[in-house]
Amino acid sequence: MTDVTLDSLPVATAPARRDIGIRKRYAAERRFRFYGLAAISVGLIFLAVMLVTIVGKGYTSFMQTSILLPITFDAKVIDPQNKRETDPSVLIKANYPNLARDALATRLGISKDDKPQIAALKGFVSDGVRVQLRDMVVADPSLIGQTRDVWVLAGANIDSAFKGQIDLDVAEGNRKVSDRQVGFIDKLRDEGVMEGKFNTGLFTYGASSRPETSGVGVAIIGSFYMMLIVLLLALPIGVAASIYLEEFAKKSRLTDIIEVNINNLAAVPSIVFGLLGLAIFLNFFGLPRSAPLVGGLVLALLVLPTIIIASRAALKAVPPSIREAALGVGASKQQAVFHHVLPLAMPGILTGTIIGMAHALGETAPLLLIGMVAFIVDVPHGVTDAATVLPVQIFLWSDLPEVGFQAKTSAAIIVLLAFLLIMNGAAILLRKRFERRW
Amino acid sequence: MPMIYYVAVILAIGIVALAVGRQRASAQTRGRDKQHSRPHYHGWWAMLLATIPAILLVVVWSIGSTIYVERHIEAQIPEQTDDSPIASRSLAIGMIHNLADALRRLDAEARANLPATFAELQPKLAAKGAALAPDTQDYMIAIAAGANAESDTLRLTGGVLALILALAGAAYGLRSIHPRAQARNKVERIVLWALLGSSMIAILTTVGIVLSMLFETFHFFSSVSPLSFFFGTVWDPRFAAAGAGDSAGQFGLIPLLAGTLYIALVALLVAVPIGLMSAVYMAEYASRRVRSIVKPALELLAGIPTIVYGIFALVTLGPFLRDLSAALTGGTPFIQAQSIFTAGVVMGIMLIPVVSSLSDDIITAVPRAMRDGSLGLGATRSETIKRVVLPAALPGIVGAILLTASRAIGETMIVVLAAGVAAKLTANPFEAMTTITVKIVNQLTGDLEFNSPQTLVAFALGLTLFAVTLVMNIVALYIVRKYREQYE
Repeated sequence: MTDVTLDSLPVATAPARRDIGIRKRYAAERRFRFYGLAAISVGLIFLAVMLVTIVGKGYTSFMQTSILLPITFDAKVIDPQNKRETDPSVLIKANYPNLARDALATRLGISKDDKPQIAALKGFVSDGVRVQLRDMVVADPSLIGQTRDVWVLAGANIDSAFKGQIDLDVAEGNRKVSDRQVGFIDKLRDEGVMEGKFNTGLFTYGASSRPETSGVGVAIIGSFYMMLIVLLLALPIGVAASIYLEEFAKKSRLTDIIEVNINNLAAVPSIVFGLLGLAIFLNFFGLPRSAPLVGGLVLALLVLPTIIIASRAALKAVPPSIREAALGVGASKQQAVFHHVLPLAMPGILTGTIIGMAHALGETAPLLLIGMVAFIVDVPHGVTDAATVLPVQIFLWSDLPEVGFQAKTSAAIIVLLAFLLIMNGAAILLRKRFERRW
Repeated sequence: MPMIYYVAVILAIGIVALAVGRQRASAQTRGRDKQHSRPHYHGWWAMLLATIPAILLVVVWSIGSTIYVERHIEAQIPEQTDDSPIASRSLAIGMIHNLADALRRLDAEARANLPATFAELQPKLAAKGAALAPDTQDYMIAIAAGANAESDTLRLTGGVLALILALAGAAYGLRSIHPRAQARNKVERIVLWALLGSSMIAILTTVGIVLSMLFETFHFFSSVSPLSFFFGTVWDPRFAAAGAGDSAGQFGLIPLLAGTLYIALVALLVAVPIGLMSAVYMAEYASRRVRSIVKPALELLAGIPTIVYGIFALVTLGPFLRDLSAALTGGTPFIQAQSIFTAGVVMGIMLIPVVSSLSDDIITAVPRAMRDGSLGLGATRSETIKRVVLPAALPGIVGAILLTASRAIGETMIVVLAAGVAAKLTANPFEAMTTITVKIVNQLTGDLEFNSPQTLVAFALGLTLFAVTLVMNIVALYIVRKYREQYE
């Protein structure tokens, strides 16, 4: 039968025209495929360009130029009136930068009367040396009168010049570093007493008006406190809410409203949460401005929907047979959930939580509104102290014109991205290791 | 003793109650009828009775006493005048707090006889390692010491009360242990309430957002008419001296709304084609291996904080485009460093993974049978996608685009850094425009009197933003859900 029908079809003339059509259609097919590939490549290229520019700008900040100086703790400079026995504050107020300048002059073989040369030393050593030497002397006053070799930080412009970030072809008057200073740099470098050292200060210092003594250390501590608050609030509340909605709630108007609410909150712009924090936590409850506590509260509300949605998915993935088996041997509903379902859902819940926390760690906008844009020098001692956090520190630095701060901005971004990478990596690992298919 | 220690003691009491209650309950079982609840439920009941009321008391008490002491300090600070030694009240309050903290380091004897002037006090504090601002005033010593004493007394009272409450709760819980007592039901009821309470937080948050913003917005509308806000075309809030007679500015929403929508449009023009095509490729063409590499890489794009995109736009893309346009025209750049185009493109990149992951889900949800039918009729894969899969997925994709658009409208950090602050109406995408979110941030950062229209306008802007995005989200979620139901 089939043979007959096939034979009766007119097929003789078609092939030529159909082939042209096929070729066109296949070309369209190839084009379409190419568009898809191109789209993906565009996305990945943007990603690569962004990461490369940031790392390219920021990596120099992980090194900081230091100079080895033979510092003579001259009693005449530190304590000209010799009253440190009676008044310890002399040691705090002494003119330590002068010590460093004198040591530098000695190192370079400049006589103290050579005014223009001495003037060129201004800004050569970071003003942070004041604190460094002061702390040394206060910790051990017997240093006075002795000479010690000390690594001190170079000034911001000298640091940039040492790293080759300052264009030496520009006329001398228009650049931040004079020819004389460049000569000093070369001399010190040749003697091996000026070199880039790993910038531990980046991870210990706080905000500063000088790039060389500013770091993200204080911001990291602030972020840590804030994340602690977020975790302590969002994880228990999120898990409890998802257990209720997934396991106990009967279908009712209330649960419908809750559900719609959660889905909508997940898509509310983050800045609106900042307004909420400002109006409720700061103005109504009178909590302190700039505190990690308030930031943590706001961000906990912000990530709560994410955690609830992830936790519900994890709970839903646990097969009903587990619950039924538990109920069958006489467990109460809550015993079934808490003893059997929840442990099985935990890896999924934790994965969702970590991803939510990573989101919170990078969030900036709501924190600007609750006053975390403060200039914070000291490590916060608790969740109610004024603090700053990593992304806000990045935002603040990005505003500053100095070359040193631009590099610092990128370095801080690298640190932030490293944290995010670690968190996301942990989430992926957790998912891979404990994921169970039923 | 800080309140946290009291909480620790209360918890310890609770744990003891738990252990003792368990013990008593299992002792009662021996040789008698079966108990209603397992022993540890009796223990938990006693523990809950011991801890919950006491900890609630501690929380309420410490919040109350902190506010009380703070108010008291503020009341004692002399009025701020032009020749005050300390620049602002908040600075003075900060100094008093530092001083109070430092005073706690002194031993009891030294604290009992404090010198009257800060000059005498400073060396003693410095010896304990407390560095204080040198211009701390003499009058602050008395205030700080008083505040310390006050908060110590309050803490002690509150702590003792809480401990008594905890012990009473534990005693009551332990006394009521009885084989017939339905401890499990009671514990489970409390747990269920806690669970319900947690899920109500979502509603509370929404209510909090709406109420707080409505309240401040009404406040704002009492000094600026809603008509001139919603339909005004000039944005010029004028940060004149607060309190000065003629400090009223113009608060026209239109330029901000136009900027917001314009930038969102540019972002969508970038994100939707790229995101959608990547999703199509990933769902229909890519091998499992390619998918397993590319998908996480694109998700990485979604995991990067928006501040990073903003800085990329500000320091790399913006100047690059400006220099490029200068090179093209040979002189004056026609693209400004901060422009709609720059902000829109960078925001578009940020949104690529949003579009692609949402539409990936939607495309893969189209039933296999529809594809097979089309392929079986001789269509090529691209024809199947264009004529069968995408039309079938269209409602879902529209929903995804709406969700993306609401993200674009609410995005803040990228536009704060890359879009500029000048509120003007322009059709040229290479000029700067500003957005609602930028103005919210601008109006609220910096020291401003809270009740001036200049700050309150931020809440009106926030409410507008919230309303717009809410409507978009609800519509989008509705479409997506309807679409999902269609194929389930």
